Amino acid sequence: MIDALQSIIPTVLFYSAPLILTALGGVFSERSGVVNIGLEGLMVMGAFVGIVFSLTFEDVFGSMTPWLAILAAAIVGGIFSVIHAVASVSFNANQVVSGVAINMLALGIGVYLTKQWYGKGQTDMVDGFFRTDIPILSEIPLIGPIFFERIYATSYVAIILAFIAWYILYKTSFGLRLRAVGEHPMAADTNGINVYKMRYVAVIISGVLGGLGGSVFALTIVSNFSHSTIVGQGFMALAAVIFGKWHPLGAMGAALFFGLAQSLSIVGSGIPLLQDIPQVFLLIAPYVLTILALAGVIGRADAPRANGVPYIKGSR
Amino acid sequence: MTSNNKFLSLLIPVISVILGLIAGAIIMLFSGYNPIDGYLALWRGAFGDAFTIGETIRRITPLILTGLAVAFAFRTGLFNIGAEGQVIVGWLAAVWVGLAVDAPMIIHLPLAVLAGGIAGGIWGFVPGLLKAKIGVHEVIVTIMMNYIALFITNEIIRSVLTDHATKTDRIPETASLSSEWLQTLTFYSRLHYGILIALFAAAVMWFLIQRTTIGYELKAVGFNQHASKYAGMNVSKNIILSMVIAGGFAGLAGAMEGLGTYGNISVMSGFTNLGFDGIAVALLGANNAFGVVLAAILFGVLKEGAGEMPTGAGVPTELVDIIIALIIFFVASSYIIRWVILRFKKEGK
Repeated sequence: MIDALQSIIPTVLFYSAPLILTALGGVFSERSGVVNIGLEGLMVMGAFVGIVFSLTFEDVFGSMTPWLAILAAAIVGGIFSVIHAVASVSFNANQVVSGVAINMLALGIGVYLTKQWYGKGQTDMVDGFFRTDIPILSEIPLIGPIFFERIYATSYVAIILAFIAWYILYKTSFGLRLRAVGEHPMAADTNGINVYKMRYVAVIISGVLGGLGGSVFALTIVSNFSHSTIVGQGFMALAAVIFGKWHPLGAMGAALFFGLAQSLSIVGSGIPLLQDIPQVFLLIAPYVLTILALAGVIGRADAPRANGVPYIKGSR
Repeated sequence: MTSNNKFLSLLIPVISVILGLIAGAIIMLFSGYNPIDGYLALWRGAFGDAFTIGETIRRITPLILTGLAVAFAFRTGLFNIGAEGQVIVGWLAAVWVGLAVDAPMIIHLPLAVLAGGIAGGIWGFVPGLLKAKIGVHEVIVTIMMNYIALFITNEIIRSVLTDHATKTDRIPETASLSSEWLQTLTFYSRLHYGILIALFAAAVMWFLIQRTTIGYELKAVGFNQHASKYAGMNVSKNIILSMVIAGGFAGLAGAMEGLGTYGNISVMSGFTNLGFDGIAVALLGANNAFGVVLAAILFGVLKEGAGEMPTGAGVPTELVDIIIALIIFFVASSYIIRWVILRFKKEGK
């Protein structure tokens, strides 16, 4: 039993970290009333920047490279998401359309520049992050070996960020304003909250977190960038946002659960009982469950009221 | 004022395309390529000789159908982002019928094409039903359905249609849309009869929307659900119907690929992108059957022509993806283009 847990839990944490980060971004954006189908594209951008930064500066920064790379990816992700913010907040564009365009644009730019700079469709491999033992915590009997041995530190960064996101959204006045803007922008505006500014900030936060998620995915799981580095992780993160009912900790839980489904389809063959489940069921589980959650089979999931509606001052 | 608006809604797609192409030229310039060479290569790649023209038309075919799939749902106020999944299941069903049934062509081919349409329709039915009965947002459900389609289809190809192979056998001639006549005409490109089906589908959509009661009701529901309900229309029925027909169009697009272009189906590592491109096509075509055909031609030309850009001018093909994405942004942000045009007009007076 402990052996099984020791093989599953690190893999779950490993697969869910990028999902948690990106899903948190989705929570911020959607809570402010901006639908973000573009999470996939933000992850692509993050993965691209993370890998290119690592390839370029590996010799300069040594072992610090991956940390600086995800930082760079977060910054570029934030800047890139401004396009979505401008289109959907200022220009009243259909937010789903703008998100779809973000996805196409990110992949286009990423692969275009990869070919331009490296002369081929995919980059070389980078070292990325390594598994490490978390000091002190890994010494704890029983729990230590399962949760803290040979693990990627980024997984814990993601979990800690989920709690920070929860604190910001639910315990600060900034969070209250952000949620108000997503529920009833006109009321928020009447109370002196700058709806446009809040939405811009929320979308940019989602860009930062999406970039972070994409780069963590690239630097822990695939180690290079090509057109097939990010295929659907952003949409899975979007599913986690909804399955987690637009709540940061709920999204984290959903992302961990989806990570479990993914890792079971990989390590499951070694575990009795699970090896009898055809892999396809584990692959589609996150998506089927999300539909069921929305259909109200697993509790009700209601979107923020003003989600997807551009705010036009003075209109009712 | 109305004629003015009509003029504007024609002008905006044109301006967006021009802006997109200019942006593409600027990007080429900044990355050290000659934009004129780049666009000339693109032109050659799309219209250079009979073969490339055949391939261009071949590429336009499914784009018309996925464009219709998105546009049709949009007329009822629904966003069908699930054309992607509907294409995949349509492709699978068409090839499946192609392989499993043994019949003369006059029965076999229509049956296989129809199977594709029906499978796509079923894939559209689920989000339609959930939207109509429980009010679940169709965007999310259709996205999820895309992935379910992808994984299930791959599994069926591996375990049901073949014995752990990555692609099926070719379909027999009786189910094939390919035409020797069209192929010899175009130096053996993969051009097939599907283009006729696609154009016919566009005509069907135009007729259905503009000339029938069903179309009137679908549009009414798209404009105002409450008013439609008050007028005695069955809103849920119309929502479901719209998604089923939309899914059917996308399923046909899959059948075109399965029965025409490739003649089989392979395990896919990712999406075909036909469905996502369909969103771009529908948007640029203003959700109108005729506009969709024009937009599909434009995007088909850009995508096919892109194939020539790396050899002809050294430009990566992805430039075209960037251009298309930008065109979508410009159309989606038409609010600002409209504003600028009106501003200029005022100052001109």
